[in-house]
Amino acid sequence: MTSAPGQPAGKDDLRAHEERGRARPQIILAGNPNVGKTTLFNALTGLSAKVSNYPGVTVDRRRGTMTVGSATADVHDIPGTYSLHARSAEEAIAFDAIAGLGGAPAPDVVVLCIDATQVARSAYLLLQCQELGARCVVALTMVDEAKGATPDPRALGELLGCEVIGVTARTRAGIADLVAAIERALRAERRAIWRWTPDAPLAAALAQVRTALPAAWIARPRPSGAGAGGDAAQDTEAALALWALTCIEPRTDQDDGDELEVPDSLRTAVLAASGEHALELDRPILARWAWLDREIPPLLRRAPDRSRTERIDRILLHRVWGFGVFLAVMAVVFMSLFAWSSPLIDAIDGGFKSLGEALRGALGAGVFTDFLVDGVIGGVGAVLVFLPQILLLFLFLGFLEDCGYLARIAYLMDRIMRSMNLHGRAFVPMLSGFACAIPAIMATRTMERRRDRILTMMVIPLMTCSARLPVYTLVIGALISGSPLVGGLLMIGMYLFSVLTSLAAAWTLSRLVRPLRAKRLPFLIELPPYRWPRMPDVLRMMWGKSSMFLREAGTVILACSIALWALLAFPRELPAGAPDYAAQLAAAPDADARQALENEQKAALLAQSYGGRLGHALEPVIAPLGFDWKIGVGIVGAFAAREVFVSTLGIVYSVGGDADESSEPLRAALRAERRADGSPAYTPLVGLALMLFFALACQCMSTLAVVRRETRSLRWPLFLFGYMTSLAWIVAFVVYQGGRLLGFS
Amino acid sequence: MLVTSLAEIPRGRSATVREVAGPRAFRRRLLEMGLVPGTAVRVVTVAPLGDPLRIEVRGGQWSIRRAEAAQISVEPGADRPGRAP
Repeated sequence: MTSAPGQPAGKDDLRAHEERGRARPQIILAGNPNVGKTTLFNALTGLSAKVSNYPGVTVDRRRGTMTVGSATADVHDIPGTYSLHARSAEEAIAFDAIAGLGGAPAPDVVVLCIDATQVARSAYLLLQCQELGARCVVALTMVDEAKGATPDPRALGELLGCEVIGVTARTRAGIADLVAAIERALRAERRAIWRWTPDAPLAAALAQVRTALPAAWIARPRPSGAGAGGDAAQDTEAALALWALTCIEPRTDQDDGDELEVPDSLRTAVLAASGEHALELDRPILARWAWLDREIPPLLRRAPDRSRTERIDRILLHRVWGFGVFLAVMAVVFMSLFAWSSPLIDAIDGGFKSLGEALRGALGAGVFTDFLVDGVIGGVGAVLVFLPQILLLFLFLGFLEDCGYLARIAYLMDRIMRSMNLHGRAFVPMLSGFACAIPAIMATRTMERRRDRILTMMVIPLMTCSARLPVYTLVIGALISGSPLVGGLLMIGMYLFSVLTSLAAAWTLSRLVRPLRAKRLPFLIELPPYRWPRMPDVLRMMWGKSSMFLREAGTVILACSIALWALLAFPRELPAGAPDYAAQLAAAPDADARQALENEQKAALLAQSYGGRLGHALEPVIAPLGFDWKIGVGIVGAFAAREVFVSTLGIVYSVGGDADESSEPLRAALRAERRADGSPAYTPLVGLALMLFFALACQCMSTLAVVRRETRSLRWPLFLFGYMTSLAWIVAFVVYQGGRLLGFS
Repeated sequence: MLVTSLAEIPRGRSATVREVAGPRAFRRRLLEMGLVPGTAVRVVTVAPLGDPLRIEVRGGQWSIRRAEAAQISVEPGADRPGRAP
């Protein structure tokens, strides 16, 4: 056991730890959102904190260790919540953690954060924890903000039946006292505390449901006084039964991965009990609030001062100034992703290119060198190149969230976003999509509900990301118009097109795709007081997200990069009847001739590769769009990243793989390409169809890898790829064939 | 006593919650947030585009959509000034 030597451990603790076969006490940090829980967690766990994911859901799981007395304890920071009575799999995390269900170790102590400026609301969660028999310690946070309004911790502790410690995590004031209180609580007895008595029908229903509770739920450490110290119905098992009665609903046919997972026998028992007894399940809620409203106000000396926040909101939520500030903040976020991150991105890109060249020089030509340079180093570069934008976006998001502005953005934008059935908080992720879909999709985590997140993820890849720009620039310059004015207008048109399609897609998907339909849950967003963010917390969050990206999505992107490289590099055969490039290269008169021969050889190899054959195989599918097999190869190559389309075409057209979108030889080659009948292969109409295809198709394996990770499923990335590619094909088909019918070439 | 819905309360005015209607999950969520009968609530401002409302309950502020506020019947004026801001 874990208490200091010489101090007797509680008996049930010993048993519990033996059963689990682990020596460490488990401490849970719970509380409402915006009560300073993360800062407290960081103060308690220091550098030991690790961020990972709860299995099956996209909710950050933060764990760390702390020293209690002479022992080490595990600390779990569970998602902020207002109630334990959850209705979705994600909200159930808090309940499972505190009740010790779902494979989570039963907590030895629950540290509950109570906001000194909103005591009653925070204490509601405490009452639910106490009904479950959790050993609670209250950390009274925001004491510095509440100032004179802070209730007396001792009086509050007497009322709540547990220790209350005032803490200011930023200055570490009260942390040592809190740790000492946790240590005392570890030795305290468990007892369930109910502040209200169920009425007769509820008591009968609770007794009935208790008998159906799964054995695994009951095999947890029991409160030692349960059943003896009061009404037998009012203990932990009754609290579990109450949770089941409140939260379990009849199975619907809506399979949206959002439902609570409970044993069927329990569901049956709950439905039977609710059917037999006329239950008024609002009553427990009203009873808890009645207790809080009776007991808490006498302890509060005066109302907390919110005037500073009110003054700031008068500007930031003003109908004119509010939007002005909002646009300015969004412009900064956008510019940082779009422009300011590019030196870093270019540095990473260039660094990996020179590393590859250096390695090629050292190893000499060969398959293995190609594998290392083009496959591995290229792949690692393809992953790391996302880091600058991810770091920057999460720096901003962490800052905006912690200072309280992110919630205001949702408030300001809700009216617009809601008309597309999107969450108000979807605005920032969608805006970030203009830079790159990868950080944008990761940013959907600022929304609590799975349905809101997935719908946003499904439309973000339609936004004009910066990787599409080289494709557009090449196509416009080579095929449509050399005039900067026309090119600029077309580019703006493509941006507007992407905004309209993504909004239309959100509207359509939320009506047609069942799991994405809006649910009738209240859209309540707390607008917390403005607070100055604590940079260590923001930076830690930023690094946590980035390292999670590298670990989880990065590995998939790397594997895909290598696979795609192999697809375009093998089988390394020249077609029958190809000239003997080795001999010709040896006889080449000068460097230019050698370069031309090398480009020609590369083109021949690519045409013969699996990817080249795939391009040929795709030709019948894309011919109705006006595309030939060469564009098909480009589309295959663009799967690594859309801008790779340009360099792949560069190889296909024997102008070298380092051709960029403004390369004149590549443009000339495209313009010179002829069909079998001698007509130009790429007309302005083909160019337009190609741009629309790239605007709509999900040509990005990294996007799919990140969606897979964020949704924890293969279904959603496949759906995303399927719907976007079909949409792209249909639109390109209609434009190309329609244009030809109208007489355009 | 005049009972109306929270959506009808002009900005800057307070009211007292009488009843929360709507589907079960929706209603209980609001109740658990502390919007129980007898609670004072104030409409602080309305978002620039007319929706949602910014309300103050128990010293905290929330954004709530007009359609949802319409499910909350209230009596204009706060009958428990102790809890009103």
